[in-house]
Amino acid sequence: MAQSKLWTKTPTWIVYLIGFLPAAYLIYGVVTNTLGPDPIKVLENNLGERALQFLLIGLAISPLMRFAKINLVKYRRAIGLTAFFYVSMHLLVYTVLDRQLDLSAIIDDIWKRPYITIGMTAFLLLTPLALTSNNYSIRKLGAAAWNKLHKVVYVAVVLGALHYMLLTKTWQVEPIVYFVLAILLVGSRKFYPKRKKPIKAEAKQLYKQPEIQNAAAPNLKQRRISLGRYFILRQAALKRPC
Amino acid sequence: ALNVSVKNSPYSTKDPANPFEDITTHNNFYEFGTGKGDPAANAGTLTTDPWSIKVGGLVNNPGTIDINDILNSPELEERIYRLRCVEAWSMVIPWVGIPLASVLSKYDQQGDAKYVSFETLVRPEEMIGQKSAFGLDWPYVEGLRLDEAMHPLTILAVGVYGKQMPNQNGAPIRLVVPWKYGFKSIKSIVGIKFTAEQPATTWNLQGPSEYGFYSNVNPGVDHPRWSQKTEKIIGSGIFGSRRQTEQFNGYKEQVASLYEGMDLVKNF
Repeated sequence: MAQSKLWTKTPTWIVYLIGFLPAAYLIYGVVTNTLGPDPIKVLENNLGERALQFLLIGLAISPLMRFAKINLVKYRRAIGLTAFFYVSMHLLVYTVLDRQLDLSAIIDDIWKRPYITIGMTAFLLLTPLALTSNNYSIRKLGAAAWNKLHKVVYVAVVLGALHYMLLTKTWQVEPIVYFVLAILLVGSRKFYPKRKKPIKAEAKQLYKQPEIQNAAAPNLKQRRISLGRYFILRQAALKRPC
Repeated sequence: ALNVSVKNSPYSTKDPANPFEDITTHNNFYEFGTGKGDPAANAGTLTTDPWSIKVGGLVNNPGTIDINDILNSPELEERIYRLRCVEAWSMVIPWVGIPLASVLSKYDQQGDAKYVSFETLVRPEEMIGQKSAFGLDWPYVEGLRLDEAMHPLTILAVGVYGKQMPNQNGAPIRLVVPWKYGFKSIKSIVGIKFTAEQPATTWNLQGPSEYGFYSNVNPGVDHPRWSQKTEKIIGSGIFGSRRQTEQFNGYKEQVASLYEGMDLVKNF
């Protein structure tokens, strides 16, 4: 897969750093009191919008790889966690600053206001994903189960975009754009190009060659892995460039 | 500056007014964009002079009001009113204006006139929000029952803090009905009509289940998407407070009699 040196060498902490800049800008606005007459609303809206932006960027990583052969998977965890940071801050501003921890008002909101119900659901869906965004959890859950769990993000992003669209008083361009992007990015997964057949054919071919069969085959066959994977592993076993 | 003899109007609230800065940078005026800061950023383009208001409908002497006649009126006075937005925030604003009743009473209404309708300017080349394919239909229209229009609290405002009305606040002349949600107080008025039927109103057309014709401030009737029990006090900062929303925005004593016997949940 094509990889430029620039993006393979850039460390992931850069993502956290860049991701924190919008928040730093808001904190600066709070400290200097320059967020205007309704700073709480500015915080709430900005944090929510950033959350959506990072979620969408995170969702774009895999289509970029499948369609454009640009591999940024290395940064996806950092992007996702940054998104969750903004989601949490957004929720915190709503509960603490806007609703001033008036629990009955908050519960009333969640119960009666569909856009808040939806936003809250998205937050609850994202929480386990954020909590399992570490290597330990991947090992513990197993890659397959972990992957399955993290597909929940598709639902959460669409709900998040819906949450934005339902809160404005009229149809506005921005929420519609976010919603359409969310649908397109989630939907794009249906149209991933099929993995190249030749790999399979080639693997089959290779499999027939006795010297390759002898390399490490019995173990791999017992694990009932796909031919494509078998091919890659076999290549590794033969110490050939893949 | 307007020629206002600042007398203590008995209709003014004692609550401290928001600074000019708050009042002129936190606006809902969709003709200039949907963001709170959009009107301040975009309304500079609006030409407000010359300006006149056509008065017609069910009157025997339809005519035109020149804005200068109101700007120079000896009846101008300061009215410090609470403003409660339907979005659950509030401000206190020192308007300068004249009672709508004193303008309307110059017109000889016909017997079947029961309502007054108002219309905002349509001028997309100066009002950028009117170019958008999304959002409201233009012109922005509003209306009041005749007795609401004639109520002494209802004013046509031409200024804020003794200065001529800033464009973003509805220059050069706007309605202020302090016991109703802010959107009833239509801005940049170019037309007034007396009608027999209840006039169409912009936000009601946009969302009939969310914005009624009356739209009286009422903590007991929630907006379908948010509570109206409390309101955020604009200008009170990051740890600012909310206050309980009052029936008729605190003007109950003056206006409750207008709605005697009416179901205010049904007629929201």
